[in-house]
Formats: sequence, structure tokens, C-alpha cells
Amino acid sequence: MKITSKLLLSTAAFMLAGALPANAAWQPQKPIEFVATAGPGGGTDNLARAVQSIITKYKLTDQPVVVVNKGGGSGAEGYVYGKASAGDPYKVIFGTSNAWQQPLVSKVAFNYTDLTPIAAMAQDEFLLWVKQEAPYKTAGDFLKAAAATEFKMGGAQSKDTDEVLTRMIEKAAKVKFTYIPFKSGAEAAVQLAGGHIDAHVNNPSESLGQWRGSTQRPLCAFSPKRLPQGPKVTTSEGWSDVPTCVEQGLAISQYEQPRTVWLPGKVSPDQAAYYVDLMKKVQATPEWKEYIEKTSQVDTFLTGAAFDNFIKQDLEHIKQVAGEQGWLVK
Amino acid sequence: MENLQSLLHGFTIAVTVPHLTLMVIGVLLGILVGVLPGLGAPNGVSLLLPLTFGMQPVSAIILLSSMYWGALFGGSVTSILFNIPGEPSSVATTFDGYPMARDGRPTTALATAFGSAAFGALVGVILITFLASWVAQVALAFGPPEYFAVYFLAFASFVGMGGAAPIKTVVALAIGFAIAAIGIDTVSGSVRLTMGIDELVKGVSFVVAVMGLFGIGELLIAVEEEFSARAVSSRVDWKEVFRALGRLPHHGIALLRSAAIGCWMGITPGGPTAASFMSYGIAKRFSSNGARFGTGEAEGIVAPETADHAAGTSALLPMLSLGIPGSATAAVMMGGLMIWGLNPGPMLFVDQKDFVWGLIASMYVGNIVAVALVLLTVPVFAALMRIPFAVIAPLIVIICVVGAYSVSNSYLDVVLMLGFGVVGYLFKKLHYPLAPLVLAIVIGDKAEDAFRQAMLMSKGSLGIFFANGLVTTLVLAGMALLLLPLALQIVRLLRKPDVSAQEKVRII
Repeated sequence: MKITSKLLLSTAAFMLAGALPANAAWQPQKPIEFVATAGPGGGTDNLARAVQSIITKYKLTDQPVVVVNKGGGSGAEGYVYGKASAGDPYKVIFGTSNAWQQPLVSKVAFNYTDLTPIAAMAQDEFLLWVKQEAPYKTAGDFLKAAAATEFKMGGAQSKDTDEVLTRMIEKAAKVKFTYIPFKSGAEAAVQLAGGHIDAHVNNPSESLGQWRGSTQRPLCAFSPKRLPQGPKVTTSEGWSDVPTCVEQGLAISQYEQPRTVWLPGKVSPDQAAYYVDLMKKVQATPEWKEYIEKTSQVDTFLTGAAFDNFIKQDLEHIKQVAGEQGWLVK
Repeated sequence: MENLQSLLHGFTIAVTVPHLTLMVIGVLLGILVGVLPGLGAPNGVSLLLPLTFGMQPVSAIILLSSMYWGALFGGSVTSILFNIPGEPSSVATTFDGYPMARDGRPTTALATAFGSAAFGALVGVILITFLASWVAQVALAFGPPEYFAVYFLAFASFVGMGGAAPIKTVVALAIGFAIAAIGIDTVSGSVRLTMGIDELVKGVSFVVAVMGLFGIGELLIAVEEEFSARAVSSRVDWKEVFRALGRLPHHGIALLRSAAIGCWMGITPGGPTAASFMSYGIAKRFSSNGARFGTGEAEGIVAPETADHAAGTSALLPMLSLGIPGSATAAVMMGGLMIWGLNPGPMLFVDQKDFVWGLIASMYVGNIVAVALVLLTVPVFAALMRIPFAVIAPLIVIICVVGAYSVSNSYLDVVLMLGFGVVGYLFKKLHYPLAPLVLAIVIGDKAEDAFRQAMLMSKGSLGIFFANGLVTTLVLAGMALLLLPLALQIVRLLRKPDVSAQEKVRII
């Protein structure tokens, strides 16, 4: 046992020494905890576990990596935990844009400034989904019908990304929806399949199974250009066959959900640099590409100033929507 | 008969030496995490999940589901022996299991629990085998109003059944609802009742609450009542295991009714915990021995255990066919499915026949392996009852503290757990019933979400609860269950004004 672990240790140390640039002087000395700010099985949890398995497979660190779920309070549990762990470089928090959006609309005891940003690793797209048998062929048809009667729009959580997008559609198309919050996008998808709601704005991975199973279909994607090709989802169509919403006259050209990675506050620049580098290495593996493709996300890597800018822009936008809806706290 | 053929094909996948080995390993690990309170099946399965990434999906799911069976069985052990539910779904087992064990019959209690659990699981698997596609359609019919009606039914079947004064039941329920409301509210997105403690934003874990209420609460009572006088002499008696199993058919009606309730709640998905409570409540009301429930009645063990396992098993069906997990553990496994590259949903049964039927076949085999293994352990566990109280009491405290901490590695949970211990003690001393409190903690927030979602849909009109046949039937059945005891009591009062007979009933 001892010999093996020593061997592993030295191999890993050797690999790291060879691969790392000079500035990443800090190395983890004890097990690393990945905190998923979502329950088991959610998109954020899947990301944390995918990163964990890639790190383990390629021995990117000689320390064991454990994933813990702290998804209580729409993810607030995980961020609060991150805030309370200030100065501890062994806790890596996996989240979404929730980190800066949630403090705007509810009185949670954290803000994204309490954490050290590492990177935004992937962007999840949003689509407008309706039931398979629904009469609407295009987003235009759907909105025309929505103008006549008030449609029920489902989504995950309240005052969160799904509801923000729903309110944006209302404004852009001058219609009114009844928004019904569920615990998760998967739950909203099942409610749509059962015909209890009229539409939702799920991420591709949340409704993939339902599309394949012909219980619901996407009308348009909230993306500046069509989604990448990828394998066919149904017998005749794939993600790239879904028109963009702008093509169909719904003027929301871009809406995305970044998957974000954070360290607690008050860690040293060395420690942050180590994790930025670690995530870069994860992203270079074929397994990462496979994960991105399977979950139909877009590969991005924002860190440092680019990540900060992204957050600031998104905050401006959310503040505007939340302000109009009267959601802002204090 | 196409299903039968697929199933036989599934058996050729499941019954191989490597897969049988995985089952035994899974079941043993499962019993272990089930017995340790706080660890529980969802945590155990997520700990094991990363190990399965390199495996074939079917081998991986066999390992994980076997662990789930083991944990379901193991969860009953501590409920019966020490009044500490190892799993939320085995709380209702404590009501009669623990008194029976204290009465010097731990072997009988354990064997009865395992036997009826195995029966429930079997019914669940048969349901999955033959009615998979039909059941998936039924589940789709459930929108927010229907969900609320199901939860309402669960409450109704349980309210007014304990021996406590009705007003005390209402108080217990109200406290439970308040505890369930702590944390972020799904419908409004705002933070509620955190009382300045930031960490409470995550809400109060059910496991933490029951460990305190039952484990620590019972311990405090026992210390006060000089536990030494109640020491139990239990012999290691193999024959009693079989005698207890042999007596199970006498509870045929209870078995069938509980299995039906369990399957129903697993599919809808109310979940195993609500199922076991509801089954216990209904059994108490309709059994000829109903009045003696809570004093160590075999039927009071049969009802929750059968329903728990029937629900736990059938909860896997909505996960596979719809992508909605019927229980916390099913949710973890669903995450696994996605990582292995499978998409749970309607197409899984078409695209991944080997996987689906291999899994279903493994449920038959896995449950047989699990019941054989747990029955072997009965005398060993029963022997634990002979350990003197002075030794076991500190152990229980340690188990509860470690268990509470391991739920989410939080010190706050340990403090909360001890606090709940005091609440449990006070409830017992003041003759308040614990069961309604626990039930409200478990499904209170779900019921609230469903009610408010329904209200959003109908713009505030209660008419939505009578909008279609399904929801109307559920609501009316709930109301009937709620009003029945009241009506009976009024009739009884009119006939004979003095009622003192039911005073001796143990308050649960």
C-alpha cells in the first residue's frame, strides 16, 4: 500500500512539475472538496463529478477529490459554505450565475464578492419548448397564441434564470405569462409532457430525453447563431436544426447560463492560479469534449478579467429585469 | 409477453458471476450505510458513484441498486433495536418495531420486518416488469393539484389516528410545517425563518430531526425511567426467524394493501417515506388489532415495511421512463445514468434494452440476495439488545452525533439534532404525538409547493382541486379519511357519553 501510494505520489508530482508553469508554486497537501451548489443529479452536480472523474483519471493532482452536495436553498447553502470557509484553498465551489444573481433578489447571506472567481467553464443554452402535439410550428405561432390567452410557463425556481428569461420574452413579445416555479428543470419538463403547463425554457440536457421520446420539442434557441451540429437527437433532427429565436421574430439574441467555479475568499493568488491551471488541464482532455457534447453545452473558458467583465455585464442586465419586476431586495 | 422475453434476456445479463459478486458487495455495503444513521442510501450511493465511472453502465447500476436494496433493509435495523431510524423511510417501523424489541422479541421484529420488506420489493418489481409503459403514462397525469391531493391523502390517513388529543395532533403538525418552511421558498424565492443563522438557508434535514426526536428523545426518557430495569434478555434463536416468516401469511390483507399503497406512492411519486406513514396510518385504522398498534403489534411492522420497499422499488420506474426520480437515491442514480452516457427518459426502454432489462432482472436477484443476507444477520443484530444499557447509551449518542454531522458535514446539524432530542423528550412527557410532527417535516414543504403552484395555475381558485376525475377522487378520499374518525367519535359519544377505554394507547 505504502509503496504504491508513494509511487503514485512521485509520478504525479513529476507530471505536475513538468506541466506547470513557474507561477503555480502552490500544491495541495490534503484532500480537495468539490462543493456542488445543487442536489445530486442536477447540471451543476454533473459538472463537478465530470471534472472529478477527469482529474482522477489523468491524476492531475495526487490528492483525492471528493464531491459534496450543498444544494439547499437553491444553491445558497453551497455559497454560504464557501463564504464561511474563507482562506481554505481545499474547497472548490461549483455553481452557476446564481452566485451573483441570487443575492440581488433574495436576502441570502453571501455575495459573489465573498468568493474568489476561478473560471466559467461552460455555457448552457436555453430553448423554448412546447408539447409535441402543440399546434405551433414556430415561435411566432406560439407568441400569437400567447397574446390571445395567458399561457402557463414552467421553470426551475423563482426569480432565477428561467423566470428572468420568461419575463424577457414577455417584454420582447408584449405578452403575459403565468410563471410556475418547480424545483428543477427536469420537473418542469415532466409537467410539460403531462400537459399541465404550456411551455418552458429548459437547457438542452434537461429536455433531451423528452425530445427523443417525442413528448416535447424545441421551437427556438436563445442564441446568436444556431447550436453546433452534434449527432441527431430524433430520427430527423439535431440541435443545429433548431432555429434561433431571432430568426423567428423573437428579439432575444442571447441568453446563456455559465457554469462557474470558485474558491472561498481570502485565498492567495498562488492558490487561485493553481486551480485555474487545473481547470485548464481538465478542459484539454477528450473526456471533457465528450461531456460537453453529451450535455449539449458550449465550451468556454473565462477567467481573470474576462470573467469579471462577464459578471459585471450580466449583473447590469439582471438588475434591469429584476428592477422592472420589483424583485430587488432592500 | 414481449416483456417476459425481455426479462429472460435480462436474467442472462444479471445472473453472471461478476454481476452476482457485485450484488453481494453492493448489498453488504448497503446494509452498512443503512444501519449507520445519517449516512443513508443517498449518501452511500453518491460516495460509490465515482467508482463506477469506468464500469459498464449495467454493471454500475447493478452495484448501485444493490446498495440501495441493502440500505433499505439495513435502515430498519436501528429503528427496531434502538428507536433510531437509519433511513427516513423507516421511521414508521419504530412505532411497533421498537416496542416489540423492548418486549424481548427483537428476532421476531427483525424477521417480520425483513420478510414483509422482501414481499413489498417483489410486488414493486413485478409491477415494473409488466406495467412499465402504462405506469409511465399514469405518472404523467400528475400536475401540481394532483400532487397536492396525494400529499393531502397522506396527511389525512395519519391525522387523528394516534392516541393523542386532536388538538395536540394539530399543534404537532403546525410545528412540523414551520420547521419544513425553514430555508428558501421555491415559489417566492425568498428566505424564510432562518432566524439570523446563515446556514439555515439550506433548511432542516429530516434525518437530523428524526435522529434527535427518536434516538436522543427516547434515550432521555430511558435514563429517567431507570433503563436497567428494562434490560432485555434475547437468545440467539434461529428457529424464531423462520417462525416469524411463517406467520407472515396471516397478515395477508395488510401485506397486499401495504404493497398497493407503496407502489402507488412510489410511482406518483410521493416517495417511500410518505408511503410507509400512510400505510401505517391506514393499517391502524382498518386492522382489527388497530387499537393495539404502538405496543409491538406485528401488523404495525408489516404495514410500513412492505409499503416502504414497494415504494422504494417502484420509485425507480419514473426515473427510468420519465427522468423524474421518485426518491432521493433515485435522483443520485439518475445523475449516474447521465454520466455513463445514458439519457433517462421515454427512449431508454427502446434504445438501451440490455441496460433496462438487465437492471430489472437484477432487482429480482438483488432482492433475493439482500433478504438472504439480512436474515443471516438477524441473530447477530438481535444479540446487540443484550448489551447493557450503560454501554449502549453512550454508543447511541455517538452514533447520533456522527450521523447528524455526516448528513452535510455541518456542526450546526449536531446542535440541531440535540435540540430535537429535547423536543422529542418534551413531546413524550407532555403526551404530544411525534408522528404528525415528523410527517409534516417530511412532506410539509412539498405539499405547500404543490398547493401554491396549483393556486398560481388557477389564479387562486380552489376549483382546480375538483377540475378532473383523478384529482377529485383523491381529494374526496382524503376528506373521507379525515372526517371518518371524527364521525365515528361523534356517533360513539352520542351512544355512550363516557369514553375512557382508549386512554392506555401508546401515543405515537
